[in-house]
Amino acid sequence: MVKKLEKGLYIKPIDRGTTIDHLSPNSALKVLRIVGMGEAAVTVAIRVPSHKMGVKDLVFVENKFLSDEEIAKVALVARNATVNLIKKGEVFRKVKLGLPERAVGILECINPKCITNKEKDIQTVFEISKDPVEAKCLYCEKTMNEEEIAARIKG
Amino acid sequence: MTDVVSIKDFSKRDILAVLKQAGEMEVMPRAQKAKILENKVIASLFFEPSTRTRLSFETAIQNLGGRVIGFADAGVSSTKKGESLSDSIRTVAGYCDAIVMRHYIEGAARRAAEVSRVPVLNGGDGANQHPTQTLLDLYTIQKAFGRIYGLTIGLLGDLKYGRTVHSLAVALTKFDNIKLVFISPEMLKMPHHVKTEIKDKVFFKETANLERYLPKLDLLYATRIQKERFPDPTEYEKVKDAFVLDLSVLEGAQKHLKIMHPLPRVNEINPELDATEHAIYFEQARNGVPVREALLYLLRDVRKW
Repeated sequence: MVKKLEKGLYIKPIDRGTTIDHLSPNSALKVLRIVGMGEAAVTVAIRVPSHKMGVKDLVFVENKFLSDEEIAKVALVARNATVNLIKKGEVFRKVKLGLPERAVGILECINPKCITNKEKDIQTVFEISKDPVEAKCLYCEKTMNEEEIAARIKG
Repeated sequence: MTDVVSIKDFSKRDILAVLKQAGEMEVMPRAQKAKILENKVIASLFFEPSTRTRLSFETAIQNLGGRVIGFADAGVSSTKKGESLSDSIRTVAGYCDAIVMRHYIEGAARRAAEVSRVPVLNGGDGANQHPTQTLLDLYTIQKAFGRIYGLTIGLLGDLKYGRTVHSLAVALTKFDNIKLVFISPEMLKMPHHVKTEIKDKVFFKETANLERYLPKLDLLYATRIQKERFPDPTEYEKVKDAFVLDLSVLEGAQKHLKIMHPLPRVNEINPELDATEHAIYFEQARNGVPVREALLYLLRDVRKW
């Protein structure tokens, strides 16, 4: 890590916490909106050079480990990103995100007449499909496109 | 299968099993039929009023010897006192052997099926699903043509808001060699999500020109164009007559053309067609009874827990 910093990193590596790398350009703030970081110190880099992607965004969160549910939410808006959980400067868990097949309990349905928006004790379930990315409500069967999905991730 | 929630849950095989059973219900002696639901109680919960669906379900239950409990209007149910649907269903499921339900909330049937120990039969959940209508439509097609393949089927009228035509179009993709023609005013075209769902599975064509495609059709499924769908009444006036079926319009049709309609109709089919060989919409309405009998028969012993 220290070696990389010497090469001129945009963000100082963290010793403990979560890094979200390979975010598509301009998506970092969206990720922060979706996953509330609470009191954690957050460093964000937007449109920085990347070998792999040309330009990318980065999010470093100190002293907070994203839960599986939070990682699933990030995957919905940043499916090519990599999440690293770091302790003592070492990566102890690396998650290459991908689009989940199902989103359970993390999305709200776009349809105001859907039962999941009327009775709050119901856990939402969406089937996620690719090309184009769509989420289909198990209950009312309405589908949401990528933009609509991003706007309806539960806070 | 433990419930009838959405036509999407039915494979082609499931559909054909229901249609076969419906045919058997039609020839089964009355006395034998009346034993199927003997000593059983079926709840008929109509949170939203309906004539055809409720009466044909309740007729089916009575024909099978079952007893009906329930209500025909949410105003008299405990929903009015603020009870959740989940709680209402859990409670009623403890009283009965199956639940027939119509609800104005979309997804209500799926939720009811999750919390009910007895089968739930969806009689319509808002603008979402109405699977028994689709099954009776398919049964009517099978009876009229002796098959559900190799047919050119026109869907006419309000294709944008008509839940019946969406479900039917999707269900027909499960059958072979079906050609669909969507005939509607520009404003009421088949929605994008339905076209996306069917596009790789069935041949379809969109048009506003009924006259041109009518001669190719084996079946024409007409729906009501509702005036209130048009923001500008002059737009409605422009299109309403283009989709009215009468004897003169049908001069261009094949002799064997059949006309279906989910009913109620208003102006879209002139009553002068009722007596012709083309009209099968009242038979279609009648077919609701054997199809619902078949579903009740197939689910008669289901207990989910």
